[in-house]
Amino acid sequence: MRETDCLDPVRKALLDDLDEGFAELYGAYRGMVFSAALRLSGRWADAEDLTAEAFLRAYRALAGYERDRLAELQPRAWLMTILMNLWRNQVRTSARKPPPELRDQPVDKIDPGEDVEEAAARRETGDELAVLLGRLPAEQRAAVVLRHVVDLPVSEVAAVLRIPQGTVKSHVSRGLRRLRELGGAR
Amino acid sequence: MTPDPLLTGLAALAVDAPDGLLDRIAARWVSVPSPIGELHVACTDQGVAYVHAGAGFAEAFRERFGRPLVPAARPLAGLLPALRTGRSSGVPLDLRGLSPFQRDVLEAVRTIPRGEVRPYAWVAARIGRPGAVRAVGAALGRNPVPLLVPCHRVTRSDGVVGDHVFGPAAKERLLLAEGADLARVRELAAARVFYLGSDTTGVVCFPTCHNARRITPRHRHGFRTLAQARAAGYRPCRTCRPGQSLTG
Repeated sequence: MRETDCLDPVRKALLDDLDEGFAELYGAYRGMVFSAALRLSGRWADAEDLTAEAFLRAYRALAGYERDRLAELQPRAWLMTILMNLWRNQVRTSARKPPPELRDQPVDKIDPGEDVEEAAARRETGDELAVLLGRLPAEQRAAVVLRHVVDLPVSEVAAVLRIPQGTVKSHVSRGLRRLRELGGAR
Repeated sequence: MTPDPLLTGLAALAVDAPDGLLDRIAARWVSVPSPIGELHVACTDQGVAYVHAGAGFAEAFRERFGRPLVPAARPLAGLLPALRTGRSSGVPLDLRGLSPFQRDVLEAVRTIPRGEVRPYAWVAARIGRPGAVRAVGAALGRNPVPLLVPCHRVTRSDGVVGDHVFGPAAKERLLLAEGADLARVRELAAARVFYLGSDTTGVVCFPTCHNARRITPRHRHGFRTLAQARAAGYRPCRTCRPGQSLTG
């Protein structure tokens, strides 16, 4: 559904009262933002951090917006854009200091030093498909997660990733092909 | 057409956000009664972050903290009795946004018992910054959690109650509500008496210290300075610690 409807309840609430509007925004999109954060980062704790930071940044931005900007806001795409920027920054930062690459290790191998929280996160993200997602190149992973995990239309994925719709489609189809190969090879 | 199992599997990877996550983002607010009327209180998952009197709570909180406010189902445990009795040491506070100096000031002020007052210089000495009396005043003027950190119990050494986040009138009402004998403090200050000693114990206190309030008139001696009390053979009280502003 495109958000051209001027009765969008989130936007209406934001125009009435910033804090009540935020509560609406959070209620409407918490699952979408968290799901995307979890499937992009692959870790429960990272997903919580990314989601909290994305909503906090959203709130601070909204506090500075004029009414006409709020009236034209496409909350869903706007929020997902904030999340994607945070995730890209995180990927860039962690690329500079390479962490132990958990994703390339066999799924079933349990790190004896793993703590309870990580073990819980593994259970949550331990789904084979979720692990395979982590092995896609970043742009394919982003496109597949936005299109097929959180179910955004192609036009909105394009807006969020700031790439043409045709490029979205090719990232998605390459990503899906790769997932099938990876899944079939196991 | 049968559904593509890969697409079904990807769609099934969507999950809801964990329930507690909102409390890492937003603060919860409640409206509560107090001796100076209704207050708005904002709590994070760490504790009370902000106490506000009068209109403009949401705007003031937003400007200061940049966090959303959502209504709380009920006040934080212990908050209502703390506001009613003035004994707030059991209420957790969230002072993360403050500088180490501001936090030190607030922690020191938190130790002042209800119904008692201490000078600004006492707070400065207590945190090991005896020269920072004005900075202590400024830090208390920005106290985000008045009443819970009882900045109303820090008064000018000349007996005037002085300024307060909620204004001097609120400060005086708070002190009177918790039984501080301000008339007595002013009367003593007018006579240039800032310390009271007992000639039976040989201990000298701030006038509002509970030890000073027990001294009978026959055994009570007033002093303008601690040095005079010391010269007369008195030692500073270990409860209200008037001596910590001097070395040794």
